[in-house]
Amino acid sequence: MPDGPAPAPAVQKLRLRYAKRGRLRFSSHRDFQRALERALRRAAVPMAYSAGFTPHPKVSYANSAPTGTASEAEYVELSVTERCDPEAVREALDRSLPPGLDVLQVVEADAGSLADRLEASEWKIVLPGVTRAAATAALEQLMARDAVEVERLFKNGPRRFDARGAVVHARVEDVDQDDCAILQVVVRHTTPAVRPDDVLAALRVVAQLVPPSPPQVTRLAQGPLSDAGTVTDPLATVDAGGA
Amino acid sequence: MPVESVFPRLEPLLARVSKPIQYVGGELNSTVKEWDDATVRWALMYPDAYEVGVSNQGSMILYEVLNEQPDVLAERTYSVWPDLEALMREHGVPQFTVDAHRPVGAFDVLGISFSTELGYTNLLTALDLAGIPLHAVDRTDADPVVIAGGHAAFNPEPIADFVDAAVLGDGEQAVLEITDVIRRWKAEGRPGGRGELLLRLAKTGGVYVPRFYDVEYLPDGRIKRVVPNRAGVPWRVSKHTVMDLDAWPYPKKPLVPLAESVHERMSVEIFRGCTRGCRFCQAGMITRPVRERSITGIGEMVERGLAATGFEEVGLLSLSSADHSEIADVTKGLADRYEGTNTSLSLPSTRVDAFNIDLAGELSRGGRRSGLTFAPEGGSERLRRVINKMVSEDDLIRTVAAAYSAGWRQVKLYFMCGLPTETDDDVLAIAGMATRVIAKGREVSGRKDIRCTVSIGGFVPKPHTPFQWAPQLDAETTDARLAKLRDAIRADKSYGKAIGFRYHDGKPGIVEGLLSRGDRRVGRVIEAVWRDGGRFDGWSEHFSYGRWMAAAEVAFADEPVDVDWYTTRERDFTEVLPWDHLDSGLDKDWLWEDWQDALSEVEVDDCRWTPCFDCGVCPQMGTEIQVGPTGKTLLPLTVAR
Repeated sequence: MPDGPAPAPAVQKLRLRYAKRGRLRFSSHRDFQRALERALRRAAVPMAYSAGFTPHPKVSYANSAPTGTASEAEYVELSVTERCDPEAVREALDRSLPPGLDVLQVVEADAGSLADRLEASEWKIVLPGVTRAAATAALEQLMARDAVEVERLFKNGPRRFDARGAVVHARVEDVDQDDCAILQVVVRHTTPAVRPDDVLAALRVVAQLVPPSPPQVTRLAQGPLSDAGTVTDPLATVDAGGA
Repeated sequence: MPVESVFPRLEPLLARVSKPIQYVGGELNSTVKEWDDATVRWALMYPDAYEVGVSNQGSMILYEVLNEQPDVLAERTYSVWPDLEALMREHGVPQFTVDAHRPVGAFDVLGISFSTELGYTNLLTALDLAGIPLHAVDRTDADPVVIAGGHAAFNPEPIADFVDAAVLGDGEQAVLEITDVIRRWKAEGRPGGRGELLLRLAKTGGVYVPRFYDVEYLPDGRIKRVVPNRAGVPWRVSKHTVMDLDAWPYPKKPLVPLAESVHERMSVEIFRGCTRGCRFCQAGMITRPVRERSITGIGEMVERGLAATGFEEVGLLSLSSADHSEIADVTKGLADRYEGTNTSLSLPSTRVDAFNIDLAGELSRGGRRSGLTFAPEGGSERLRRVINKMVSEDDLIRTVAAAYSAGWRQVKLYFMCGLPTETDDDVLAIAGMATRVIAKGREVSGRKDIRCTVSIGGFVPKPHTPFQWAPQLDAETTDARLAKLRDAIRADKSYGKAIGFRYHDGKPGIVEGLLSRGDRRVGRVIEAVWRDGGRFDGWSEHFSYGRWMAAAEVAFADEPVDVDWYTTRERDFTEVLPWDHLDSGLDKDWLWEDWQDALSEVEVDDCRWTPCFDCGVCPQMGTEIQVGPTGKTLLPLTVAR
């Protein structure tokens, strides 16, 4: 074992919501990890470290958006060794991270796991060069099915899975734009995770919908799924009684 | 007129390439300036992938030095991977800078830093994507001036057709001098166009402009002479040497990329130059004399750099870091300062002696003691006398004993194959050495799980070294010798499993050798390889030996030379070498004497601790050795929260 005293214990957990915007949407999950850990050091946040030969700051990452996808709702949890004012941490970290990785909210963690609360995501998918009518028809066909198999390349090879079951609901936004259609899709988190790409692959399967240029995808929200099928705030205080 | 960003056209392509983050810029401590506010604009290129180039210390220094000038703008550009290259060609997107995504063709200067000759094909890709004519003679006043720097620029002849100029040596003052010349020429209304600008640069004596020199050849293929073809152009072009490193504390704010890079740490250069005199080492020969940064200067750079970056590791960089006159105080002082902050320190190059084990112990205080690397370079004592690497086998065994006793479990030993006068026996001696290392390790640690890794690379003779005349070992013999060594290591069952063996085949070394000691005729080979699709030659998955050989066959068809002529042929003293008109300060007579001493197995000391050996650098360049001790110490920091 290494010499020296045991690492200082964590006294507080902070939950953080951040956005991945603009060109920074091309950062991968690992890119963000590196950036955050360095920003924490620059901002002198009193991080708790794991024990052992190569101590790591205690940060829990949950369910990050794919590389190339923008997001308004990414979440991590930090453990600190001194009590901190959440707003002061938000401000310091936001200043320390590059513009485009923006810290939107920091709250003190309450009971229960953050990861467990991230039940579903709401995605906005902009399809340049696709008409509203074509998008609407394709979505109707998708939702009429019980299951639509798609294929994606995983680490251990291509794998086929259902991309329809996880889609809670989907609609085409009611804005008149000639040059693009905008989809709003709520997807339940499953294993394997159904990503916006998979939903688009399913649209290709059911309706041969192929956007002429790359879609722009943004995660708008991530959190508990309400009975009405909407995604709610995972940082909202949970009633002790569980209502 | 402002130059438009190509980002809107690049962005849709990024969704379709691997690791897109490397092309978006926005690194912490990067700089974007207004185009119209600048008088002189530099695009700085490191001709390899972003993950390699973004960590390059030299490029980072020049980027900062140039951007500190109010009327100068400097942006960075790197080689794009073939997936993006194909898309850029399809969609007409030019080579761009990552800072403001401006087209490289719009800058005044394109400065390219070559750490290795294997980046030459990537230069051609970048020029072509930028819309800059490949051949310097075809460029117009609208094109940037293409300037090569870095260690490979000490023999830029193979790329003489593709660059407008080359600069030898330290860049930080040189880029400012070049900027001055351009600034003045522009202020005067660009008299005489591009030709006049290049002439003004050449007349400074510190910028080599190949077009102002004619090369004449003898019927047998050797060079007859290299002569200036213009009045006022110097016969020899000098290298640049920065004195007083404390006055140049760059980079002050190292770049922190979002993307993964080869060095996930901050580096502080603790001295420049090396006079150990290892005869194979081009870096040690061309960067003389030794100039140390002071202990307090180092302390300030570490402190400021960490605050500006948030890196967890600091590397104390140099050609032989343990040779700093106050290295013990530097490491202890830094280890004390940063104890308990989860900041680690590393010394990338370690010498073979017990003192280094103490240093390494200081650096790994409380942490894991996983592995230490030593570089005996040659397997036998005889060969080590030839290369002037003064380490005896007993020194090495004593050192590894100290390492294993201090808790290290793995030792990595670095060697070269193909050194001058080498025989199979010299290389096979490595197996015996590794066996002794394991035996000693088991004895002093009382453990069975200790390991030793032998890592061996092919030797390539380099310009401006005593081995510049030496025959390079051909690829077949190199491979055969390495196979014998592998078998010898594997043969001993009681040790073989504890010894790892890593080696590269001899073929890339032959291409590197062709490019290192090549002349202007080699440029045709580079161009043919590039036209045939050659890219990223430093990457084994992209390198094609067959392509290089086929291109050389065609390019040299009507010449009395071939690849062997450039690589495995021994030169004699009277031959005019392609780089003789480029002055590294080293006296050619001294280099020849040192080459003869090598053949006689005579060693030469380090001039830091003994009288001068007249290598010629200090008087020729007007420089001097700058070493401590200063006697100063590092005070503990009061950490401000």
